[in-house]
Amino acid sequence: MRIDGKGRIDRSKEISFKFDGLTYQGFGGDTVASALMGAGVRLLGRSFKYHRPRGVLTAGSEEPNALITMHSGDKTDPNVRATTQELYEGLQARSQNRWPSLGLDLLSLNNLAAPFFGAGFYYKTFMWPKPFWEKVYEPLIRRAAGLGALSGERPSDRYEKAFAFCDVLVIGGGASGLMAALSAAKTGADVILCQEEAEFGGRLLSETEEVDAQEGADWAASVVAELEAMENVRLMPRTSVTGAYDQGTFGALERVAHHLPYSLGRPTECFWRIVAKRSVLCAGSLERHIAFQNNDIPGIMMAGSMRSYLNRWGVAPGEPIAVFGNNDDAHRTARDMAEAGLHVVALIDSRHDAENKAGDVPFYPGHQVAKGHGFRGLEAITLRAPNGSESKLHVQGLGVSGGWNPSVHLTCHMNGRPVWNEDILAFVPREGAIPGMTVAGAANGAFSTAGCLAQGAAAGLEAARDLGFKGELPAVPVAEDTPYRQGRLWAVEGKGRAWLDFQNDVTVKDIKQAAVENYRSVEHMKRYTTQGMATDQGKSSNVSALAVLADVTGRDIPETGTTTFRPPYVPVSIAAMGAGGADKGFAPERFTTSHKATVERGAPMIEAGLWYRPSYYPAQGETTWRQSCDREVNMVRSTVGICDVSTLGKIDLQGKDVGAFLDFVYTNSFSKLKPGRVRYGLMLREDGHVMDDGTTARLSENQWVMTTTTAAAGLVMRHLEWVHQALCPQMDVRFTSVTEQWAQFAVAGPKSRELLNSLLDAPIDDESFPFMQNGEVSVMGVKARLFRISFSGEHAYEIAVPSRYGDSLYRELVARAEAMDGGAYGMEALNVLRIEKGHITHAEIHGRVTAFDIGFGKMVSAKKDCVGKTMSERPGLLEDDREMLVGLRPVGAIKEIPAGAHVFETDAEPTRVNDLGYVTSTCFSPTLGEVRALGFVRNGRARHGDKLKLVDHLRGVETVVEVTDPVAFDVDGGRLRG
Amino acid sequence: MRLPCPICGERDRREFYYQGAATLAHRPSPDAGGEAWNDYVHLRDNPAGETRDLWFHEAGCGAWLVVTRDTVTHEIKGAELLERANAD
Amino acid sequence: MAELLAKSPCDGLLPRTHGKVSLSEVVITDLYSVAPMKGQGAAVDAALQAAHGIGFPAPNRVTGSGDLRCIWSGRDQALFFGGEPDLTPDLAAVTDQSDAWVMVRLEGARAEEVLARLVPVDLRSSTFAEGHCARTLLQHMTVSISRVGPEAFEILAFRSMAATLVHDLDTALQMVAAR
Repeated sequence: MRIDGKGRIDRSKEISFKFDGLTYQGFGGDTVASALMGAGVRLLGRSFKYHRPRGVLTAGSEEPNALITMHSGDKTDPNVRATTQELYEGLQARSQNRWPSLGLDLLSLNNLAAPFFGAGFYYKTFMWPKPFWEKVYEPLIRRAAGLGALSGERPSDRYEKAFAFCDVLVIGGGASGLMAALSAAKTGADVILCQEEAEFGGRLLSETEEVDAQEGADWAASVVAELEAMENVRLMPRTSVTGAYDQGTFGALERVAHHLPYSLGRPTECFWRIVAKRSVLCAGSLERHIAFQNNDIPGIMMAGSMRSYLNRWGVAPGEPIAVFGNNDDAHRTARDMAEAGLHVVALIDSRHDAENKAGDVPFYPGHQVAKGHGFRGLEAITLRAPNGSESKLHVQGLGVSGGWNPSVHLTCHMNGRPVWNEDILAFVPREGAIPGMTVAGAANGAFSTAGCLAQGAAAGLEAARDLGFKGELPAVPVAEDTPYRQGRLWAVEGKGRAWLDFQNDVTVKDIKQAAVENYRSVEHMKRYTTQGMATDQGKSSNVSALAVLADVTGRDIPETGTTTFRPPYVPVSIAAMGAGGADKGFAPERFTTSHKATVERGAPMIEAGLWYRPSYYPAQGETTWRQSCDREVNMVRSTVGICDVSTLGKIDLQGKDVGAFLDFVYTNSFSKLKPGRVRYGLMLREDGHVMDDGTTARLSENQWVMTTTTAAAGLVMRHLEWVHQALCPQMDVRFTSVTEQWAQFAVAGPKSRELLNSLLDAPIDDESFPFMQNGEVSVMGVKARLFRISFSGEHAYEIAVPSRYGDSLYRELVARAEAMDGGAYGMEALNVLRIEKGHITHAEIHGRVTAFDIGFGKMVSAKKDCVGKTMSERPGLLEDDREMLVGLRPVGAIKEIPAGAHVFETDAEPTRVNDLGYVTSTCFSPTLGEVRALGFVRNGRARHGDKLKLVDHLRGVETVVEVTDPVAFDVDGGRLRG
Repeated sequence: MRLPCPICGERDRREFYYQGAATLAHRPSPDAGGEAWNDYVHLRDNPAGETRDLWFHEAGCGAWLVVTRDTVTHEIKGAELLERANAD
Repeated sequence: MAELLAKSPCDGLLPRTHGKVSLSEVVITDLYSVAPMKGQGAAVDAALQAAHGIGFPAPNRVTGSGDLRCIWSGRDQALFFGGEPDLTPDLAAVTDQSDAWVMVRLEGARAEEVLARLVPVDLRSSTFAEGHCARTLLQHMTVSISRVGPEAFEILAFRSMAATLVHDLDTALQMVAAR
C-alpha cells in the first residue's frame, strides 16, 4: 500500500511495468520491491527447497527472498534482487522457482514432505539404490530446487572491466562514508567513494532523525555536491565493492545500465579493479531476524527495512502493523509508522525492562511473537506474554529486529576473523585485518548517527595523513547520539519450523539436528545444513544460526566462531568478471604479413600459438585437403614452393660474449662458428630434457640471430634472460626479439635458386651461398637477409625482408613460383615434407625426451658445460631401454598409422605393461607413396627392420608396422646441397 | 596482488611470470655431484612464512626479480633485481 | 623490374573516432633499439647527446619528442626514433626495429578512460605526465605507452597484433563513448 505524504519518490513521474505478465504502476525512485509493495503485491517468490511463499524481507542487496528474473531471451538476467532493481518505464520481470505460477506452485508439495527434507537429507535420502542418483533423484531435485535459470542463449549484453587507482578508497556512501571521503579529500588525497545504491546517504535516506538541523537526505546531498566539485574525488554510485585482495587491490561491480530501459551501447556492468593505498570501510550494518514459527510469511520483514519502505518509498506491507524486536532501534519503526498515520497495534519487545521509545503505541515489554499465521501473506501473529499465555493479533505487516550486524565481510577476505562484541551482541572487525584498511561507523559497531559521522571523519583524515597528506578534522555535524541497547534473543522457543536462512530453507531445528549428529564445528554445520550458502551468503541469518548452535552445544559465541566470509560480497556475474575476454578478446591474433594474400587464395587458417598460418592452398578442382597437400609436397620436391616462416622466433644477439653465451645455452658449440655461417642448435632444460631447437646464424663478428620454434619463442626469450641475469651476468651480451621486424619466407625446391636469382639484384651460386650459409642480399632494391637452410630437405633458402615489404615480396615470390609450376604451400605440406626427412617438431620434443632419445646425444658437447648437461647424464637417461626416435611404416593389412597409437611386440597383449612406444607424427607421403610416421620405440635405434604391433585403442585401429630410420627420404642429404 | 618492480614501480601481478624458489639462481658446478644437482633441480622448501622467490617482469621491463614475501599473510616484503641479489 | 611496396601495420584499419576520442596510426619510418653494453650506460648517454642532442632515457621516461626521441623500453634498453643512432658496437647493441612495432595515437578528452579499460597501470596525468612511458599490458598484449599530450597517448605494440590492438582499443572507445 502507498502512504500519502511519505517517501522520497517522484510522484509526478508515473512508471508502468510488468511483473509476471501483469501491469503495475510505480513512481520515479521506486525499486521493483517498493513498487510492488505499493501495489499491494506481497508474494514475490518461492523458496529454494520447500517452495514456501516468500515476500520482501529487506530493502537492500542482502535480500534473500525477493529474487526475480529480468528480461527474456538472450537478455535474461536471473536472480536479480527486486530490492535493488531500480524501476524504469516498461520494465519486465518474472518470479522464479515456481510451476506453473507463483500463486499456484505445485512443487510446494515439497513443503508438506518437509519432515523428510531436514538437514542432510540429500546425504541420507538418496543413497539407495545407487543408479537412481544419476537417473532419478538428481534430475528430480534439479527440477524442484533452484533459483532463476539462464536462457541458454548467448548473451547479447556487453560487459566491461576497468582499472582505477586512488590514495584512499572509501567503501560505502552513508553517513560515515561521506564524512570519511570529505575529510580525506580535503587533504588533497585522491579519493574514490563507492556506494552500492544510486543515491548516496545510506540509512540517512531511511531515517527521520535530522543531521545539522536538516533532513538526513538533504545533508547527504549537500556533502555529495561538495565532493562532486572536488577534482580529486571520484564518486562511484551503483558500485558494490565485492572483495578485498592483496596489496590494496579491491574488486568492485558497477551496475551501469541495469536501471535503464535501453543500454544504448553502454555496458550492462563494469567490473573494476581498484588499487588503493589506504581504504576506509564504511559498509554499515545489516539487520538480523528473530526465528519463530512461520517467520517467513510474506508481510513479515526487517523492522529497519519496513522503516526504509515507509520513509524512502512511502509504502507499507499492509495494515494493521506490529513491530517485534529485542532492541531500541525497533522502536523507531513503530514510532515512524504511527506518526505516518498507520495503524500500529503492537510494539513487542522481548526485553522485560524495555522502555517505550515509540510514543503512543500499544507496548508489550517482555513479550514475544510465537508464531505467524497466513500462507501467501501474513494475517495474524500469536503474541506470547511473559507468563506464557498466548493471544492472537490480527496484523498484515510485522517488522522484526533481532539486532544489527556490522558488515564485517570485507575485513574477512584476507583470513581476518571478526571479534565478538558483547555490548552490541555482534561481531565487529578485527583491527588490521586488511593491511591499510580502517573501519568506521556502523561497520565498526558505532550505531548512532553522531558516532558514524565522527568515526568516518576521523578515519578518512587518518588514512590521508598516513600517506603524508596534511589536513584538519572537518566540522562534524550535529546528529542523534542515542545509546544502542539490545537484549539477547535469537529464536523464540516453540514447535514448528522457525526459519533462519530464508533462501536455503534452513530452520532452527536443522541447526539443532546438525549438532545432534555431531556437526558441532560452525564450518561443518554450515555445509551440512547449507546455512548461509545461498546467494545472499546468510547476511541476515548467519549470526543467529551460530548463536543457536552455540546454545545447543553449550558454548559461547566467540568459542563457536564464525564461518569464513569470502568474496564476492554480492553476486557478480561471470560475464562481468570475465569481461573483455570473450571472442576476439580471448587472446591476441597474430597475423603474418602474408595473411591477406593467403586468405585471398582461400587457404583455411589454423592456429599456431597466437599466430594464424595457412593449412593448405586449395587449387581448382581439389575437393579434399589431402589433394592440395599432396600436390604441394610434390611441387616442393619437383619445382619450388613458398611458405611464410615469419612466425618462428628470431632473437638478435650482440656483444663480445655472444659465442660463449650460446655455448652455454646450446648443447653444441657455437663460439667457433664463422660469420656468414648458420648452425643447428639444441637447447636443454636444466633437468636434461630438450627444450627447443633451431638454427642460429652469425651475421657478423658481433651480431648473431637465433631462431626458435614458433611455439617456444616466448619461452626461449624468457630462458635467455634467465640464463643471462641469473647464471652468467658477467657476460657482455644484449639480445632483443626481432621476430616482428622480419617477414621471412622459405623458398624450397630444386628450382629455389633459379627463382631467387630472378629477384635478387646480384645472383647467388653454390660457391657464394653453400648449404648453411647466410648473408645480406638486395631483393628488388630492398636490403634482405638470406639463409640457405632447409626444413623440407630440399635445396632451400629463407629470405627475410623488413616486414613492411612482406606482403609485396610474398605476392611476388608466389607469382614467380607459379610461373615455374611451383607455388605456395601450407602447414600440412610442411609437415609431410619434414616427416619424410625425419625432422623433429614439438610433437617429438614434447618435454619428456632427451638429446639421447632423439638420436642427438653427440650434439651434447663433452668439451664444455651447458644448461642441462649435468642432468642429461643422469643414470637412466642414457640407457638402451629408453624410448628412441624412429620412423614407422605400415606393413600389415591396414595401411594406417594414427598419431597417438602405441606399439607392442607382435605376440604381446596390447596393454600398458607391454607398451614399447608411441606414434608422435604421421602423414601420407606422396613422395614415397605410403603412410610414414615418426615415433618413439624402446631401444628403437637397434630395432630398425623389426615388426611391431600397432594399436590405437581410441580409434580401434590395429596393424603391423616396421621400425625404420627416422629419415625416410634422401638419407644422404644430397638434395640439400645440390 | 601487486609486486614492487625495482625498475618499473609497483605493478599488477598479471605482468609477471612466476618461476619458483630463489634457490634456482644458485646453480651447482657441473661436478658438484648427483645429490647437489638433484637438490637444485627438484627439491624445494614449502615454508609457512617468509619465502624468497623468482618472478620475471615479462610484460614490463624484462628483469628477473627476487621477491621476499610471506606465504601466510601475503605481505610482500620487497623485491630486488636478481642480478643485484646475486652480486650480494 | 617491379619494386617492393611498403605497407604500414594498420593498413586499412585506421583512423577511427568515437565520441570525443580518436584513434590513428603513427607510421614509423625509422626505429632502432639501443641496448648499452656492460658498463656503457653513461657513455651511450653522452654519445647520443653529442650526436643527436637527446640522452638515453631513465626508466619509464622519454627523451626528446616528435620525430627525434628515445622511449625507454625495458631493462637497459630504449627505442630510438630519428634515424640510425650513431653508436659503435662496443658501446651499444643497435638493432633495426623499424618494422617490428605498430604505433597508434589515442587522443581526446576521455583517452585516459579508454586506457583504464585495458591497461593495469595508473595513467592519470597526476602520476603519468608528458614524457612518461610504461612497459605494460594492454589486454593480453605487451605494449609501451607514452603520454604525448594532456589528452594524448601513443601506444606501441607488436606489428603482428595490430588488428587486435585496434579491436581492443575500438571496443573500449565505443563503451566509453556510450556512457
